[in-house]
Amino acid sequence: MDYFTTDLTSLHEKLVNKDLSVEELTKETFKTIKDRDQQIAAFLALNEEAALKQAKELDQNGIDPANVLAGIPIAIKDNIVTKGLRTTAASKMLENFDPIYDATVMEKLAAAQMINVGKVNMDEFAMGGSTESSAFKVTKNAWDQTKVPGGSSGGSAAAVASGQVLAALGSDTGGSIRQPAAYNGIVGVKPTYGRVSRYGLIAFASSLDQIGPLTRTVKDNAYVLNAISGHDSRDFTSSDREVPDFTQGLDGDIKGMKIAVPKEYFGEGVAKDVKEAIKKAIKTFESLGATVDEVSLPHSKYGVPVYYIIASSEASSNLQRFDGIRYGFRAQDVKNLEDVYVRSRSEGFGDEVKRRIMLGTFSLSAGTYDAFFKKAAQVRTLICQDFAQVFSDYDLILGPTAPTTAYGIGDEINDPITMYMNDILTIPVNLAGLPGMSLPAGFSNGLPIGMQLIAPQFREDTMYKAGYAFEQATDFHKQVPTIGGQN
Amino acid sequence: MNFETTIGLEVHIEMKTNSKAYSPAPVVYGAEPNTNTNVIDWGYPGVLPQLNKGALEYGMRAALALNCEIARDIHFDRKNYFYPDNPKAYQITQAQTPIGHDGWLEIELEDGTKKKIGIEEMHVEEDAGKNTHAGDGYSYVDLNRQGTPLIEIVSKPDIASPEEAYAYLTRLRQIIQFTGVSDVKMEEGSMRADVNISVRPIGSTKFGTKTEMKNLNSFEHVKKGLEYEAKRQERVLLAGGEIQQETRRFDEPSGETILMRVKEGKSDYRYFPEPDLPPIHISDEWVAQVKGSIPEMPDVRRKRYVNDWGITEYDAGVLTQTKEMSDFYEATVAAGADAKLAANWLMGEVSAYLNAQKVELGQTALTPEHLATMIKLIQDETISSKIAKKVFKEIIKNDTEPKAWVEEKGMVQLSDPAKLQPIIDEVLDNNAQSIEDFKNGKDRAVGFLVGNIMKQTHGKANPKVVNKLLMASLKER
Repeated sequence: MDYFTTDLTSLHEKLVNKDLSVEELTKETFKTIKDRDQQIAAFLALNEEAALKQAKELDQNGIDPANVLAGIPIAIKDNIVTKGLRTTAASKMLENFDPIYDATVMEKLAAAQMINVGKVNMDEFAMGGSTESSAFKVTKNAWDQTKVPGGSSGGSAAAVASGQVLAALGSDTGGSIRQPAAYNGIVGVKPTYGRVSRYGLIAFASSLDQIGPLTRTVKDNAYVLNAISGHDSRDFTSSDREVPDFTQGLDGDIKGMKIAVPKEYFGEGVAKDVKEAIKKAIKTFESLGATVDEVSLPHSKYGVPVYYIIASSEASSNLQRFDGIRYGFRAQDVKNLEDVYVRSRSEGFGDEVKRRIMLGTFSLSAGTYDAFFKKAAQVRTLICQDFAQVFSDYDLILGPTAPTTAYGIGDEINDPITMYMNDILTIPVNLAGLPGMSLPAGFSNGLPIGMQLIAPQFREDTMYKAGYAFEQATDFHKQVPTIGGQN
Repeated sequence: MNFETTIGLEVHIEMKTNSKAYSPAPVVYGAEPNTNTNVIDWGYPGVLPQLNKGALEYGMRAALALNCEIARDIHFDRKNYFYPDNPKAYQITQAQTPIGHDGWLEIELEDGTKKKIGIEEMHVEEDAGKNTHAGDGYSYVDLNRQGTPLIEIVSKPDIASPEEAYAYLTRLRQIIQFTGVSDVKMEEGSMRADVNISVRPIGSTKFGTKTEMKNLNSFEHVKKGLEYEAKRQERVLLAGGEIQQETRRFDEPSGETILMRVKEGKSDYRYFPEPDLPPIHISDEWVAQVKGSIPEMPDVRRKRYVNDWGITEYDAGVLTQTKEMSDFYEATVAAGADAKLAANWLMGEVSAYLNAQKVELGQTALTPEHLATMIKLIQDETISSKIAKKVFKEIIKNDTEPKAWVEEKGMVQLSDPAKLQPIIDEVLDNNAQSIEDFKNGKDRAVGFLVGNIMKQTHGKANPKVVNKLLMASLKER
């Protein structure tokens, strides 16, 4: 199976016309995974038996010509719980955890007849930007296997970019879908907070987390988001707004669209090659008839500290349930209850997770709450107001997704502050609950550069429309990586 | 030196909602361990809380019944702590925006004096599960109770004696019962109190150091524990000692309080707003709607009993002590019983039976319909009050229809003069001496004759009718 030169629509056509059976497609996919993933190391668990069974059933029942997603394989980030299929969040804490229920997005994918082929690697509990904090394996960038795939949805991005699947689900708390999508030259969307149910997503930071799709093309991405969006009575933060068809309006016509470019997104720390690629992209948008103006988001410089306080605070509380009592890892030879807690958590969590639990615990403590958590929550409001101000005049915000292209494996893992700064361009979007997309906008030294589009709340349609127009006007998405010396 | 006492109470009451505060699992008392639970109650990875709007409305109802102001913009908070009965390792509560604040209730002391006790705040939260430390070296966790909605009511430091604390708890239980928010069953632990107490020399402007007793589920223990603790603190102070901030336990056998642990600084629960539940605005309409749903409160009923039914103030107070009794009383009257007679029976025979058997009304077979039927049978003289006691014993133990039962058992009173006159005549014929005695002014003779008539009728003769007929017959002889 070659996912490099196809997309959902053409694959769907083959399935409908019976040029290809779902079973053949599924088998081919597993064959590709078993071959290519030796270099990429994206998958943590394969769902082969159940996937093939589902494929055969779909072949028997026939493919609904109206359902583009029917019979299409998809990979799932390992912090999304899957009934009966090991779900570890890439942590030793959940090394042997087989959930007894499906996340809402899994139910929705099943209803859309997509085939879950397996669970993919990530930073432990989604904490990190390189997938290096996984307790199990180091996933490689699809374009250069000495580089990180980004994170935390590094497995999702690398699996799609390396042509093992056409689509994957990731989760994005501070850039965890968009940044790996940028590093791997694919399309990654973090929907509006509340657009997709979080029920069944192992929580990192509840007020920021959002599940979203990673795909090779903009339109494919819109198809998957269609399938997973919508209100869920099991998630009180999910929105009951109607979900439009995100594939509608993808016609390349963006004449008159007003795009804002924040000057803060081109500050120091953003590499020259990235700046140049985005400047070229701006020219492309202008040539398509959009107007592009420079604006200011003055509080975005506080985004990183605000984010690390709020996200870590929520995480410190969310991760307390991993206490060695009911499920997951429990330390051996413990003396008493206190020992169960301290040793299970000390041995079960990795360094980055512990670092954030400590930061969060500190930020919420009685003596520091006002100066840290409360202050951060106040600044978060200012960041939201910055965006609201810009969106009163503009349809979209445009900028780079990440300050640099993918860095080398091992380069930053021991330098958390530098690593945290990589999120500077993606974090404000989560803080404001906005939708954001990363899509390919260039290459530098053979590594992809990602462009970020940010839309007002619940205006993913604008983002997809602009992204599609840009994609059609460029050919970055048609580039194919070299994996293990071949492609 | 004379001391004054300051007492604060934090009372937790379980609400009788159908499902839990943040999950759809049922709330049922006494089920097999962990059967009334789901993934949310277990704090399973990936789950989210689902707010039970009914629990919030119940909380609002209780707050309104306690004369609280209702907070209009509320959110939930997480209270973080590790314990095996607390699977998320945080409790979802309302720390920053309790649904009710600045309320009050009125207590009445034994001597009839009334006093308003302030309520600092009242909030909705969830109960924890239950740990059992078994003899086999293991501790077992039962999460059935986990997530049961609770209200916590925090008093202002207005309570000045153990008697007032007792009266406060009694009154609080009564009000909450009447709201219908909880049955407040003490034996099921659905009402628990944390109490704190301090003493200070009269006139001192600074409160003394408090000691605490936690999780008391008996009003009696609260009162006795506080009495002991007030005296102990006074003794310590008079001996020149200092009160330590500590948690103590009431030991029932000795009647003393025993030190459990000294408080070293405040626990840090790292409260912060619950991000999984969005903030809620409570509109005027919503408050009005909940206000309209509050059932009649005991004081209103009490007045109604006095004004409409001619019941004494005292009796009306007793009858409205519990919602169960008051509801039963009203149903009995509604079933056609005379209000005064029904009150007498409930406060007399029924209460005596409940006290003797140590049971609640609901645990007996008595129904308002049966009690009303029995009272009507007495009133229309179908049965005598003597027979009524037999009937009562039957209907409180068994689900027996009293009218059919007295007929079947031949207990119907004989009141028909046409049937009684021949018997009276016969008795008089056989007792000439008694007639003689009567005429000589010996009243005792009447009693003897009545006794004989009763014997002839196997006790069924209506004494009033017998007396009337007998006197007339005697005069004729």
